[in-house]
Amino acid sequence: MSTLTRRQILGWAASSALIHTPARAAVEPKLSALADGVYAFTGAEEMMEPANQGAICNVGLIVGTESAALIDSGGSYLEGVELLRAVREITDKPLRYLINTHMHPDHIFGNAAFKETGAQIVGHTNLPAALEARGAFYLQSFRRQLGEELMRGVEIIPPTVLVADRTELDLGDRKLDLRAWQPAHTDNDLTVMDRTSGTFFAGDLVFLGHLPTMDGSLLGWMRQLDELAAIAASGVVPGHGPSPSAWPDAIAPERRYFETLASDLRAAIKAGVPLAEAVTTAGQSERAKWKLFDEYNERNATTAYAELEWE
Amino acid sequence: MPAKVKVKRQAVSPVAHYLTLLVFALGVLVVLTAYASAQQTPASSEQVWLSLKDDVFGDRAIVLDDGVVRVEAPKRAQDAAIVPVDIFLDPAKAPEGVKTVTMIIDVNPAPVAAKFDIGKDAGITHISTRVRVNDYSYIRAIAETADGKLHMSQTFIKASGGCSAPAAKNSKEALAAMGQMKLRQFESTENMSKAEELQLMIRHPNNSGLQRDPLTQYFIPAHFVDKLSVSQGDRLILAMEGGISISEDPNFRFDFTAQGKEPLKVIASDTEGKQFESEWPLTTPVSN
Ligand SMILES: [Zn+2]
Repeated sequence: MSTLTRRQILGWAASSALIHTPARAAVEPKLSALADGVYAFTGAEEMMEPANQGAICNVGLIVGTESAALIDSGGSYLEGVELLRAVREITDKPLRYLINTHMHPDHIFGNAAFKETGAQIVGHTNLPAALEARGAFYLQSFRRQLGEELMRGVEIIPPTVLVADRTELDLGDRKLDLRAWQPAHTDNDLTVMDRTSGTFFAGDLVFLGHLPTMDGSLLGWMRQLDELAAIAASGVVPGHGPSPSAWPDAIAPERRYFETLASDLRAAIKAGVPLAEAVTTAGQSERAKWKLFDEYNERNATTAYAELEWE
Repeated sequence: MPAKVKVKRQAVSPVAHYLTLLVFALGVLVVLTAYASAQQTPASSEQVWLSLKDDVFGDRAIVLDDGVVRVEAPKRAQDAAIVPVDIFLDPAKAPEGVKTVTMIIDVNPAPVAAKFDIGKDAGITHISTRVRVNDYSYIRAIAETADGKLHMSQTFIKASGGCSAPAAKNSKEALAAMGQMKLRQFESTENMSKAEELQLMIRHPNNSGLQRDPLTQYFIPAHFVDKLSVSQGDRLILAMEGGISISEDPNFRFDFTAQGKEPLKVIASDTEGKQFESEWPLTTPVSN
């Protein structure tokens, strides 16, 4: 089956002159070993764009004695195909689970590449509704951002195994603890803890380097930071940023950013500064400390202003 | 070795399944119509406008940029679900007064975002609100003056990049808090001779209805605030008829001229017939 998908890819390549240029060469996501049976690919700290083929989020692979689980599928069908190839170079055990940490395109656009593996897609209980509300829009708007070629093959495939609170997956002598969170980065954030190695896959609840993006609840995220930090882990694979990173130190930068943003916005709201004006200055003292600050800060501020206004 | 997971299956009877397919087919049409014309440009947005203009205004003449009305929005939407829009009215250019302002977002599934009725002598010169924007589009404000003439201002907005979508961020919470209202009163920033600037906030999911329920596969009916009025005593200040293009938790900020000390009263209703009412005493903003 992977031969077929490769042939498809080659077919597309042949139909497009562009894809032959070096800039469009396939990004080969390398799954590096973090611990015995634990691997991670570290995505580029960039926006999703044709040159990086959408491969911007971190992806994890955990292998037990009987089966394996992949955490997130990447930001394009092409990345999904390449990830599957990388998985196959590491293990021939069945890929039983594809865990989607949340709804964002960089984490789920590769889902379709795993159809024939028989992997069950696992997600937060709110994920199907969130995808239903956004799927068509994502497919449309990312045609502009990623281009037609990279959007080929991308499908919005919702999870069939839903996690409402906590659940355990058994890969054979290896148990994973999955936990569904209250609205924070999104309203469908799911984390994965590999009990054997103590590696914590935080999804986009943890950002390092790349400015955190807000698509759920700033207050909810801030409220749950202590609970997050209390998780006993040997290291973290954040949704974006170096993996592995020190735990729980990895939370400190985003905590500082959230507190700055919230306090700037609260002051503006109190003073009656309208949204359109407040978002241009809030959080600016954090500018030098993050990548993609200009791309996301004003948007985060917009989302957060609308939430904080109700305090 | 079965894993301990909660699996939700979609158990659907054959009849329900048939209905689902029917609803699904209809729904796909709606969604395709909403999203098919991707990659909008100023030219394609203008085409959409020309095709819907007569449905909204008949064959009446619309004068562009004569200064009666001005609409402002960011050049690029930051959050597609919360795009601030400002509409300014210039009383000097329309001494006879503005009766209504219609806000249109060409490419949205429901292009007529809102129609505002402006109370006679309400003294409104500025209305801001927040809208959803589905793609690159013109946002237009069309003011109708008391003499029946139509005046338009337009601004082109690029949809946001990244993963921002024009959807509710926290749908369960939005529903739980539905109907809560908040009114803030500010000293006017527009004109020092004016008494008040108001900000009205209503908790409401303002659901678009363009989505299926993932469990039942049925389309969720649209559920939004369709009517709203703000008055001081018996005097209408501002009324609105709105649709799904207004952001979740509808939010309106506008200046007005207070008369006397009568309280401010808000009545809002939604498409399910729920009515939300509240009253606030007029505060003296200068003392704040
Ligand atoms: Zn994300």
